[in-house]
Amino acid sequence: MQCDNIINTLAPCLVQSGWNGDLANFASIFLGVIILATFPLLVTIVLIWFERKFAARIQDRLGPNRVGPFGLLQPFADVIKLLGKEDITPAGADKLIYNIAPVMMVMSVLLIWAVVPLSPIHVGMDLEIGALYIISVASFGTLSVIFASWSSNNKYALLGAFRVVAQLISYEVPLALSLLIPVMLAGSMSLVDITQAQAGMWFIFVAPLSAILFFISSQAETGRAPFDLLEAESELVAGFNIEYSGMKFALFFAGEFMHVFTNGVLMAVLFAGGYIGFGGLENSIPLLGIVFLFLKASVFYMLSLLIRNAIPRVRIDQLMNFNWKFLVPVSIVNVVMMAFLLKVVQALGIAPTPELANDFVANIPQTLVLFAGNVVLGLLVMNTVSSRIRKERLQESANRAIVPMGAGD
Amino acid sequence: MNFGEGLTPEAFAFGLFTILTLGGALGVVTSLNLVRAAIWLMLSLFGIAGYFVLLSAPFLASVQVLVYIGAIGILFSFAVMLTRGMTNLKERFNDQWWLAGLAALTAFVLLMVGVIVPAFGNSGAPVSDQVTTTVDLGVALVSGNQYVLPFEVASLLLTAAMIGAIVIAREDD
Repeated sequence: MQCDNIINTLAPCLVQSGWNGDLANFASIFLGVIILATFPLLVTIVLIWFERKFAARIQDRLGPNRVGPFGLLQPFADVIKLLGKEDITPAGADKLIYNIAPVMMVMSVLLIWAVVPLSPIHVGMDLEIGALYIISVASFGTLSVIFASWSSNNKYALLGAFRVVAQLISYEVPLALSLLIPVMLAGSMSLVDITQAQAGMWFIFVAPLSAILFFISSQAETGRAPFDLLEAESELVAGFNIEYSGMKFALFFAGEFMHVFTNGVLMAVLFAGGYIGFGGLENSIPLLGIVFLFLKASVFYMLSLLIRNAIPRVRIDQLMNFNWKFLVPVSIVNVVMMAFLLKVVQALGIAPTPELANDFVANIPQTLVLFAGNVVLGLLVMNTVSSRIRKERLQESANRAIVPMGAGD
Repeated sequence: MNFGEGLTPEAFAFGLFTILTLGGALGVVTSLNLVRAAIWLMLSLFGIAGYFVLLSAPFLASVQVLVYIGAIGILFSFAVMLTRGMTNLKERFNDQWWLAGLAALTAFVLLMVGVIVPAFGNSGAPVSDQVTTTVDLGVALVSGNQYVLPFEVASLLLTAAMIGAIVIAREDD
């Protein structure tokens, strides 16, 4: 590789200035790891401020507005406050595991960033199993919840964790199943290949149902409203993190905030073309790819915030019913249907040829067929659900009719 | 990068994963606290995932983490946490320790004789010159003349197990 500029080609530039080749490579990778691990944490600081402002506007409040212009320095004030808090370790706690758990929570989210292609040339590691890797590292998050709850030596924490783990494990099923669709469409599990395959057409138009399913289940994976049973502030004291204080408590929340934005990034990469912008601009100026990616991620992030603030919390039985009786069957049917339609499209010969895969027009016939399939399936599902709900409602009113008049007074 | 004669990064990583695997295994059998033993077990299994990475089998490494740490490890910790009486054991051995030791020794000897000894000495040459990718693995699992039957039988078995679990867990009504 040729030395071009210091951001895109650091290692060759270091060699040119007289560094040893191996050392230059090591330095470049080391720096990349540090930046990649620090950057999401820094973004989170801004996101916390943004989320509080956003929620405040929805609830007809002002939100943080005292520290700095528009309250922009509020997160820093919070961090200083949290650092000053007493670091409490409960009696009988398993100290080592108690201290590892919050770190693991943040780690499980940060590890995802390692495979996300930020721009055509900036990618931590182009794993050929990228999509599977994302699901694998997510299990560290579940594990950290178990660690935190058990090591706290508190029965409320343990009970909270049982709820959370049931939720996280259940929602991994539709998450993985909807992740299969972009993998199928791109013919690869590597996130770089998935992004490149969307140069002609974003997968959100080819497979809108999978995008919705992925979005819902990833929202549940973060454990936020309407799925925030793990720390339902108005019902429980707190969930698995009840014994944590100060910065360790904050790490759990940093992990959660970061997870929401990371999900936005994943949505952008898997369904909205990742770093691909317009007119191939990202190829001439790679750093613009990061801007495009983050713009797309922000749209999904805002949608997630909107849902969080607009929809009330579900009960645990509703949560499980919604997953196992709605999301899982729909995503299984979706996978089967998409696989079938893809084969049909190939058999009919309207799939874009490999040479034309990046062409918008060549992608249109295939997209139309798959989109129509998605719409039909979506309508069928909505119809089934609404007739089912109507039946339940009739049942309910029939039950009510038996109760004698005035019995409820 | 080279750390000196013979100490390649691969050898370094191999040593690290060996420490993780063996240290974790040692922790499992010596830990008096069963939850800690479960965590040691996860560490040991993580070391195995590292071996898969070194063997250029990233798919297996990822599945190792997903299945053994993400699913089985969590299941183990759950089972242990729900049986509170087992979390703090007083004694390291029970009466059947020699039986367990014999079984472990037999398995170890069988492994040594069956796998290690035949392969010992011819370390330089690769076992096969075929380079396989995750795509090859996927194709092998579903192609008619390779592993489609074992694959289907395994899925059927797992489905049967799942249905069995549902039948047992269901309340009679």
